[in-house]
Amino acid sequence: MSETSAKAAIIRLFHVYRQYHAKNALTDLTLDIYRNEFLFVTGPSGAGKTTLLKLLYRGEKASEGQVLVDGINISRLARNRIHLLRRKFGIIFQDYKLIPTRTVHENIALVLEAAGRNARYVRKKTASVLRTVAMENRQNAYPPALSGGEQQRVAVARAVVGDPTIILADEPTGSLDAKSASLIMGLLKAFHTRGATVVVATHDRALIRSIPARVIYLNEGQLTAAPTI
Amino acid sequence: MRSLHLKRALQDIRQNRLLNAVTISTIALSILIVSAAVLFFINTTDMLESWRRGIRIMVYLENDLDKAQRHAIEARIGKVYGVQTAEFISKETALERLRAQMRRQSSILDGLERNPLPDAFEVQMIPTARNWEKAEDVAAKLEALAGVADVEYGQRWVERFVTLFSLFRMTSYAMGGLFFIASVFIVGNTVRLILYSRREEVEIMRLVGATERFILAPFYLQSMIQGALGGISGLVALLIMFMLIQSKIQAVSVTGLVNLRFLSPGLLTAIVVASTLVGWLGCHLSLKQYLKV
Repeated sequence: MSETSAKAAIIRLFHVYRQYHAKNALTDLTLDIYRNEFLFVTGPSGAGKTTLLKLLYRGEKASEGQVLVDGINISRLARNRIHLLRRKFGIIFQDYKLIPTRTVHENIALVLEAAGRNARYVRKKTASVLRTVAMENRQNAYPPALSGGEQQRVAVARAVVGDPTIILADEPTGSLDAKSASLIMGLLKAFHTRGATVVVATHDRALIRSIPARVIYLNEGQLTAAPTI
Repeated sequence: MRSLHLKRALQDIRQNRLLNAVTISTIALSILIVSAAVLFFINTTDMLESWRRGIRIMVYLENDLDKAQRHAIEARIGKVYGVQTAEFISKETALERLRAQMRRQSSILDGLERNPLPDAFEVQMIPTARNWEKAEDVAAKLEALAGVADVEYGQRWVERFVTLFSLFRMTSYAMGGLFFIASVFIVGNTVRLILYSRREEVEIMRLVGATERFILAPFYLQSMIQGALGGISGLVALLIMFMLIQSKIQAVSVTGLVNLRFLSPGLLTAIVVASTLVGWLGCHLSLKQYLKV
């Protein structure tokens, strides 16, 4: 690995293993993800795509190896510092993970409130992000009243409202129709253009073809092709 | 930020109305029972204290003693260890006092041909001798004096009452402890149930970078509100009961001897603070367990 690439990498994994009951979900994974890169992680179901994303935001801990995010070795990160790591990320899930008892506005504002932002800033920023994802007219609706596409737009808004350095998307279009999927990918591309590093885990080849980006392949927890920029 | 947590806590209370109502009622009931015991102790202690202060021995004199003999007896009474003062109560004064105590029923005394009451000395004890053993001692010495017909130091039953009262106090401490534990347990259980119903929300909050403090603060606030509301409700119920009992006692008490008082503002505040802390503790123990998982 060259000095230049090491400097440019925002995420680095060194010989990472993740085991579940003696079965390897990830095996000897070494990978660099570069600042402001758009990366697809693909592979069949059960290949370890979701596990890889979880290791990045400390949703899970590597059984062996080191994971560095923005220079911080998160394998050694104390429990009471994890929230600081997570504020670097905007995470989008296939099942949206919106709080059903809170309005669209409240779901998005939560990120800023949790970061201790003042009420005025929260209001202003949330309104701005809602406009970006074209959901300003549904800000008082509750998630169960929204379509899948709308819910995912809210999830995207929540992921980007805190101006994260890295956006992780786990099968972001998995439950959406083609039109909604295209809209979500358009949004991700736009945030990437603004400077965010975007990592999308998907097994959808059409989606991968829709954006020119590096693609890494996982199969049974191992990289099966060398990553190329 | 605090107003945000408070808003969330109140939102939670509204969303889980029944569960919160049950918790608040249980705390209210515990506070009612414990505070009723405290109220009983305060009033009983007051009464015992006034009785203790009023330990006195009535020394009734034989009839037909002249003034010199009375003075001689008074001097001898004064020399008995434990006696502070000896006030002479003539038979006429005694009758007047009786008449005043009987108020409207005093007319029955008008029919008496002669005053049946004897002259007497009312003996007050020195402070260190104001207990029942000493009173018995002094009474025996006074009874042995020449010219003394009888000695009375009523309220001996008070001694037995004090013993019974102490036993009751111990039982109440144990009961208070049990109610405390029950309240903590119930608040903890409520928190656990709400936490369980919101586990996904908690997980999402963690994913978006919320601190544990940010996530858990509304739970603490909610439990403290439950504790405070439970405490206030319990005390309001106690006040209503107290007023009812007081009005009944005033209706039957002719002499106005029973003078009940309610809990002082300081004690009321302390009870509400304590019940708020019960809420906090229940929540804390429950969350501590949850965070370990």
